[in-house]
Amino acid sequence: MALSEPILHVALYEGKGARALAPSERFETIRSLLSKGVAVRRADDPGLTDVWIGDFVSLVPDPTTTAVSIGSDAFDGHLSESRQKKGAAATASWKPWFPVIDYDRCTNCMQCLSFCLFGVYGVDSDRKLQVQNQDQCKTNCPACSRVCPEAAIMFPKYKAGPINGDLVSDADLQREKMKVDISSLLGGDVYALLRERSEKARSRFSKERDSDKALAERQKCLTKLASVASDIPPEVLASLPSPEEIARRAEAAAAKAKAALGL
Amino acid sequence: MTPPRILYCHCQYAQVLPSEVKEGVLRKLCESGVAFEAVADLCELSARKDPLLKELTSNGGLKIAACYPRAVKWLFSAGGVALDPSMTEICNLRTESIETAIDGLLRPELHPNLPTSAKAEPSSPS
Ligand code: SF4
Ligand code: SF4
Repeated sequence: MALSEPILHVALYEGKGARALAPSERFETIRSLLSKGVAVRRADDPGLTDVWIGDFVSLVPDPTTTAVSIGSDAFDGHLSESRQKKGAAATASWKPWFPVIDYDRCTNCMQCLSFCLFGVYGVDSDRKLQVQNQDQCKTNCPACSRVCPEAAIMFPKYKAGPINGDLVSDADLQREKMKVDISSLLGGDVYALLRERSEKARSRFSKERDSDKALAERQKCLTKLASVASDIPPEVLASLPSPEEIARRAEAAAAKAKAALGL
Repeated sequence: MTPPRILYCHCQYAQVLPSEVKEGVLRKLCESGVAFEAVADLCELSARKDPLLKELTSNGGLKIAACYPRAVKWLFSAGGVALDPSMTEICNLRTESIETAIDGLLRPELHPNLPTSAKAEPSSPS
């Protein structure tokens, strides 16, 4: 699965030259296409479509595109052919689970970037935090949202607010205090100083970010996260890289964060 | 004036939208005969930076049936498209009934409701 693979778009055509579908038939057709991961336009103007589908009576609306008749035996075959032709993503090749940043809240502190061992985060040319590799995020794991002191990280498919995108309440912000405690395991006071970009912070940062310490911090942090946040899937904890690899990635993430903060 | 366009998200890969609500809304959209876009998973469109996101915002108002407005706003942003707060209305299928959502989607006027500020909401007194 690669994020560069596009999605297949189809137009459900019911205009001139095709039969108008009964509402229940329209519903079943669209629902079935959605279950195949396809985007469907129900309109006379086909827009961005790759494939026309419909119950064509006489006229194929645009002979330069693929037109597939609803109910034909070859329907599924035509769809997968069109998918291949476009180089489109296969059905359900990925559960889209990844962090989404609320930039109304984010202060660009880089704690998430430092925390994530899977290279999900990066920065743009202005050193602004970005989610860059959504497909490397561990499905169903909301761990980085718990180290964000601003409740700025959402996972739209998460079960509860504010991580699912529900409003952030005062009570949620009180709970952020717990997150700050957790982040102290990552050297939270260092981050507080980093934000001030003082000379003092620079020297502490470089002293404290040796690889042994980074490893110990993450191990403590993950244990604590697992005890306070029972929703981190055990398989995510179990699939963590080896201690050496954690240390290597932690260092790389810290270096990225440090560079982004201009230190 | 062109009526607002409609985008419906089926949240295909998770069970976060109550299935009776998402199916009910889709069924009523199909019964209404209106033009609309239906996508399997808006999160996926965001991650893949699908051109439909841009196309939907290029001409007039937009009504989106998906999940929390804050999530939808920043999913579009992550997909490279800024939603216009004065031109966007979001029906939250995680919390709304079929009737409320479909009334919102099918009424010709747009009631913009995109979150615009970072202020925390006061928590309800316990
Ligand atoms: S931890 Fe939160 S506030 Fe800090 S950069 Fe990440 S998203 Fe922004
Ligand atoms: S945008 Fe919301 S409703 Fe749509 S797929 Fe993502 S989590 Fe589900």
